[in-house]
Amino acid sequence: MSFLPYAVAAWVFLVGLYGIVTSRNLIHLALCLTVAQSSTYLLLLAIGYVRGGGPPIFKGVKLGTTAVDPVVQALTLTDVVVSVTVIALVLALALDVHKQAGTVDPDEIQEMSG
Amino acid sequence: MDNVVNATTYDIRALDTLGEEFILFAAVIGVVLLLRGGKEEHGEVEDDIGSDLVRVFGALAIGATILVGLWLVAFGFVTPGGGFQGGVAVAAGALLLYLVAGHDEWSAFGNEMLLDPLKGLGAGGFVVIGLAALVAGMPFLTNFFSGGNVGTIWSGGSAGFVNWAAGLEVAAANLILFAEFLEEYIVPIARRA
Repeated sequence: MSFLPYAVAAWVFLVGLYGIVTSRNLIHLALCLTVAQSSTYLLLLAIGYVRGGGPPIFKGVKLGTTAVDPVVQALTLTDVVVSVTVIALVLALALDVHKQAGTVDPDEIQEMSG
Repeated sequence: MDNVVNATTYDIRALDTLGEEFILFAAVIGVVLLLRGGKEEHGEVEDDIGSDLVRVFGALAIGATILVGLWLVAFGFVTPGGGFQGGVAVAAGALLLYLVAGHDEWSAFGNEMLLDPLKGLGAGGFVVIGLAALVAGMPFLTNFFSGGNVGTIWSGGSAGFVNWAAGLEVAAANLILFAEFLEEYIVPIARRA
């Protein structure tokens, strides 16, 4: 089992996290959140990967053929849907903030309320 | 059914997918609530899509994208695909209508009057299929009939219909989200004009 996919997942997560921490724009922050979440797809697929395994679709395939784990793939599908719902809500909130405060810079918003 | 990912999602763990579907449902309701208000009537929105080439190829792309989406839903349990993936592709095809035909043509289709019932039908259909298994004396969301050989459209059994319900729900949910965000964008432009 190669450690490369796990390393890449960690790297993608850290890149997203760095973006979130240093973000000066709520839209940018929402996209960074999506990047960070993308690392979980990679993590899940890496867990389910079997060396030399084919896709878990068994049509015209001999019995006993090695295939990758379908359960984590189904879980990844759930993950994608959750990602979509989260970004939709975050973007809607960002729009609302822009309407109320006239800015999407988190620092300026705090200055206004304080 | 020979796509095990699809079988996991829509048959074996269909109950989880039902929950997931209602997450989507709740999120869309949340977005609609957050972005409510400020929807005063706006006049003609300027759309300058002058190129006939864009319109012709756009129309072809709409047909092709929706067809791919429907195929993904219909044969999700045979080949890679499924309700969620196909639903997103169908929604993308419908969005192309806005890109190539303009806002007025889009809004004839992309409005709450049409999309909200479709979304409800998708979510409700999922539950009804689950209850149908219950009526037949089996646990909730059991795949209650199976006909046809592996690899055919009938091999999915009732999970095939669950795919369709999920596809409908996902397509409608995506289009509602798009319509809501578009409304936020169009109304300020109309106000400026």
